[in-house]
Amino acid sequence: MINLFEVSETNHMIESENLDVRTITLGISLIDCISDSLDRLCDNIQNKIVKLGHDLVCVGDKIEAEFGFPVVNKRVSITPASIIGASACRKPSDYVRIAKTLDKAATEIGVNFIGGYSALVSKDMTAGEEMFIRSIPEALASTERVCASVVAGSSKTGINMDIVRMMGDVIRETAELTKDQDSIGCAKLVVLCNAPDDNPFMAGAFLGVTEGDSVINVGVSGPGVVRHALTKAHGKDFRELCDVIKKTAFKITRIGQLAAARASAELNIPFGIVDLSLAPTPAVGDSIADILQEMGLESAGAPGTTAALAMLNDQVKKGGVMAASNVGGLSGAFIPVSEDHSMIQAAEAGNITIEKLEAMTCVCSVGLDMIAVPGDLPSTSIAGIIADEMAIGMVNGKTTAVRIIPVIGKKVGDFAHFGGLLGDAPVMPVNRCDCSEFVDRGGRIPAPIHSFRN
Amino acid sequence: MKRAVITVVGKDSVGIIASICTYLADRGINILDISQTIVDGYFNMMMVIDATSIDDQFASVSKDIKKLGRQLGMDIHCQKEEIFESMHRI
Repeated sequence: MINLFEVSETNHMIESENLDVRTITLGISLIDCISDSLDRLCDNIQNKIVKLGHDLVCVGDKIEAEFGFPVVNKRVSITPASIIGASACRKPSDYVRIAKTLDKAATEIGVNFIGGYSALVSKDMTAGEEMFIRSIPEALASTERVCASVVAGSSKTGINMDIVRMMGDVIRETAELTKDQDSIGCAKLVVLCNAPDDNPFMAGAFLGVTEGDSVINVGVSGPGVVRHALTKAHGKDFRELCDVIKKTAFKITRIGQLAAARASAELNIPFGIVDLSLAPTPAVGDSIADILQEMGLESAGAPGTTAALAMLNDQVKKGGVMAASNVGGLSGAFIPVSEDHSMIQAAEAGNITIEKLEAMTCVCSVGLDMIAVPGDLPSTSIAGIIADEMAIGMVNGKTTAVRIIPVIGKKVGDFAHFGGLLGDAPVMPVNRCDCSEFVDRGGRIPAPIHSFRN
Repeated sequence: MKRAVITVVGKDSVGIIASICTYLADRGINILDISQTIVDGYFNMMMVIDATSIDDQFASVSKDIKKLGRQLGMDIHCQKEEIFESMHRI
């Protein structure tokens, strides 16, 4: 039988070290909602999301009450809206109506975000997908809970540079339309390379076309638990350090597996995957940068940061993989700047730069995340930053992403305030050398030679 | 049998166990095991109960027990045993 020590350890993780289930994300396929009538399509979308998702929030709350750990977010991901709307939408504003329908459905069932206002255009786009991408700024400015993503590259297809260039403009336009709230629209827009079909985390969550009708995917978290465990490994060598991270990741992931199995049974919806990510929040003690410091770095960004993050990412996977029956999503350590208390401090002090963050994205789970940049940064530079990140993902066969916020009206040293889980971000300096001739070329950067593995 | 774990943490005082046991007895809930330690004057107790009969209304019993804790000035939680089994047993 369970003993007092084990019970205390678990409860200490929950109460003092911010252990939680970060998100229970209900994936809903909207393929069967497709219609050539926009009215009918919107009705179908609304009905299906409400039918499948109306119990999601109360099941999350029930799990929280039964086991005593917080289930922070309850969310929905859908089949990419560009596919669902292809038959019905004739102009960008038609897609915006879909976004508003998604927002209304999300509000009705009480989820804080709905992801999947997305386009999968890593190789090329249809005329409908181009219209969809043009609709993103208006869609994000006129909704509260909708998250958008565009997949602009993969290791198999190469990088669609037309999309990358276009996204420079789309991000700037989104920033302009939401400038009253520090360009918050861009915090809900991500450009991805090698996007997984089953990611439960926003803003890049969508339900891929390879998935079933509905699925429960769960993202666990607990950077504070890992940091606390590492306090016991001071002065120990890397073998012991790795061991501590693996054991802790195992325990954290077991909670995710339990929540996923329970939610799946309660909602009668199949269990998909547990995403083994360590995701920070702006709360003190819930930070990835703190873990790096606990390992022996003065601040995130110090020499050694990339090595420390690489080790952390790998050990989290090794520890978590045995704890869950199916692992997927992004699985690793997230490094969003605005959502990580100590990362914000490191950026403010100038200890971490965009270039260092870019290096870190070679080994972390995703990419350049929640980074505020000056509002006058040209769209070509934004496209250049995206291209760099897509190249890292494409060549290394990993997921990478860019969620960058040009904060209109703000310059380096100012602060952008997004609030809630999105946090606050210092506006970071960007290399101002021009890259327009490069990003304006158009066409595709081909997939690397090692992608031809068939 | 469905089991749950009640944990009590706080400053030691008279009648803590009595209050909790009375609450459980009033609802016909059987106690299977109790263990406790006192560290630096802080009371730390774990109680394993048979939660089969309260499975439908577990969330409200858990809330009641938390409330009882506040009255006693203690931190009391009631959680289904699976969370601990999942984390500590392979």
